[in-house]
Amino acid sequence: MKPGRPGGTRGKLRRIVALARKETYQLTRDPSSIAIGMVMPALLVLLFGYGLSLDVTNVPVAIAVEDPSPIAMDLAAGFRLSRYFDAVLVPSMAQAEQLMLDDEVKGIVRIRPDFSRHMAIGDAEVQVILHGTDANTARIVQGYAQGAVAQWTARRAAEGYTVTSPPVVVESRLWFNEANDSRYFLVPGLIVLVMTLIGAFLTALVIAREWERGTFEALFATPVHTDEILVGKTIPYFVMGMIGLALCIVAGVFLFHVPLRGSIWILVGVSMLYLLVALGTGLWVSSVTKSQFVASQLALLLTFLPAMMLSGFLFDLRSMPAAVRAITYILPARYYVALLQTLFLAGDIWGVIIPNAAVLAVMAAGLLVMCRAATRKRLA
Amino acid sequence: MPDVVFRILALIKKELLAMLKDRRTRTSLFLPPVLQSLLFGYAASYDLNHVPYAVVDQNRSEASRAFLARLDGSGVFERVVTLRSAADIQDCIDHRRALLVVQFDQNFERNLQAGRPARVQVIADGRNSNTANTAVAYVGAVADAFGAQWQEDHDQPGPPVTVTTRAWYNPALETRWNMIPALVGTLTMLQTLLLTAMSVAREREQGTFDQLLVTPYRPSEIMVGKAVPSMMVGTLQATLILVVAQLWFRIPFEGSFLTLYAGLGVFLLAAVGMGLMVSSFVATMQEAMFFSFVLIMPFTLLSGLTTPIANMPRALQYFTMINPLRYAIDMARRVYLEGAGLPQIVPDLWPLVIIGAITLPIAAWMFRHRLT
Repeated sequence: MKPGRPGGTRGKLRRIVALARKETYQLTRDPSSIAIGMVMPALLVLLFGYGLSLDVTNVPVAIAVEDPSPIAMDLAAGFRLSRYFDAVLVPSMAQAEQLMLDDEVKGIVRIRPDFSRHMAIGDAEVQVILHGTDANTARIVQGYAQGAVAQWTARRAAEGYTVTSPPVVVESRLWFNEANDSRYFLVPGLIVLVMTLIGAFLTALVIAREWERGTFEALFATPVHTDEILVGKTIPYFVMGMIGLALCIVAGVFLFHVPLRGSIWILVGVSMLYLLVALGTGLWVSSVTKSQFVASQLALLLTFLPAMMLSGFLFDLRSMPAAVRAITYILPARYYVALLQTLFLAGDIWGVIIPNAAVLAVMAAGLLVMCRAATRKRLA
Repeated sequence: MPDVVFRILALIKKELLAMLKDRRTRTSLFLPPVLQSLLFGYAASYDLNHVPYAVVDQNRSEASRAFLARLDGSGVFERVVTLRSAADIQDCIDHRRALLVVQFDQNFERNLQAGRPARVQVIADGRNSNTANTAVAYVGAVADAFGAQWQEDHDQPGPPVTVTTRAWYNPALETRWNMIPALVGTLTMLQTLLLTAMSVAREREQGTFDQLLVTPYRPSEIMVGKAVPSMMVGTLQATLILVVAQLWFRIPFEGSFLTLYAGLGVFLLAAVGMGLMVSSFVATMQEAMFFSFVLIMPFTLLSGLTTPIANMPRALQYFTMINPLRYAIDMARRVYLEGAGLPQIVPDLWPLVIIGAITLPIAAWMFRHRLT
């Protein structure tokens, strides 16, 4: 076959294909790469789809019934019936406190000795003591306890006792997640983690390794251009990322029954954009650091941890201090999380899709330019 | 006998030099723990302090205005828009302009005056249902306070039972108090595991590991020489995070430092053991990184750091028993917040000892028996 001219389009294409092929061989011959690209996404989605949950049920609590009257026992029974609690009855506060000190229970419901007397007057009080170490769970338990008491009061009202209902009742509805299942937002968040892992982490070591082994200089002696190196190196990892994405979507929709209310094509499109950004970050880190060790540390710090902590995947971005919020704006994961949560749960809302996708596109372009600059600088 | 000690000391010295002589490596080991604990201390919180909301007020009464004033005065809620009709709600929520919409029906004030339950409807953006639930609970608390005030002002009888709450160990129920002690374990594990795995892999890749094997060092001595420097780095990182927790975030330390450091030492032994075991199976740095990550990711996510272990299905709870981070986080929280002493954290320590006792000998054996 006649080789194309070094500057011609055919030559360019041929060189890119050759490089991509070399990179693919290297990838497929290394079983650990296959593990990361195919097995990991599946494993992660399964493990975390089942494992991560903020839905609290069966909280172990102690109920200190210091008032053995029928009415107090009736209230305690109300707690025992609730599916949110796994209640143990103890006759004294001291015993309940001991259980809490031993980390056996996550809360104490205290019904004081004078409960029935106050109930007759109409100003009874139930004390709830929470194990505050896990603040989020504690707050949920607090809500459940209030709910259990309110339900008990309502039941008594229905049974003909005179009780006044609370003056203001809050009726809430959760749009997009009527079932109130935390998996609905955790599964889209996991896709972000998986894509970050494949995109940035795998590629971070690629160019750094070539530098350490000296094969990069060898590449310069060939007619290959910098852009061609970058494109050739990206293609195989890009394909692997898309396979990972497919696995995640299938598992999310069919296994965890997370609704996919938006268009799957838009979902795939924005995922491609994010994958490019992640790949760009990985390549940039590796070509800047030139050392596999530093590249590995940087990739960990720049991609995985921020994608988990600062993306809005778990924690609400609006409640962060302004300085931290400013940092989240430069993190691509933030935009991808917004896109995924909207596309999965809300649908094709263009007002959300267009601005976020545009930012990702700009980031992808910017990173590719930066990669080019970082790689070329070494030529001199 | 002293021979062994000198040999190991020499190895430790060499290892520390290799680790710390490069400025960039030094920076990448000690700067990130400080920055991350600062950043995550602020960011990793389920508490809400800024909730944008919208209002649909079909009542336009004294009472509904008083209710809204209470919301606005809470310091958490910020009214971004007042909608004219319920038809505008969808657009507002869809485009994430508001996290929730508070709606009063026409009879809100009339019901209040008549002593009938007055309803406030709250529609929340459930795309992150945890955030939405927390925000709705905040509205509920405001509604209770408003209702109690109303009853007092209008001489209506109060509710027969009130619930009062108190929280041990974390009176204001701040997520940060729970997160930062957990970060002591998480951040040190991330880096020590990777550091150890990479340091052996680098020697293998550069061929210096074979040279080390032909010296009079026993595999177990090489193992100690590799483990101790990483543990030293990990301890220093943990100290930096503790400094941030106490001097910057001012989270009160209830326990004893001796207990905490004893626990951390055992934990780092397990983490380094995991790293060494990974390194003994791999030939290249890239593989070392892959496999460290394969461990780090599930360990971090299934450790109780972000979601409680008690919420997981039973089968996965068993899986977390081989996760050293799970014990470290529990240990750090209990010592830091609850002031637990050594006897109370024993349940967290012995699994770590077992993990170390399994991983370290495997690594030492593999050093000798895997030659590439």
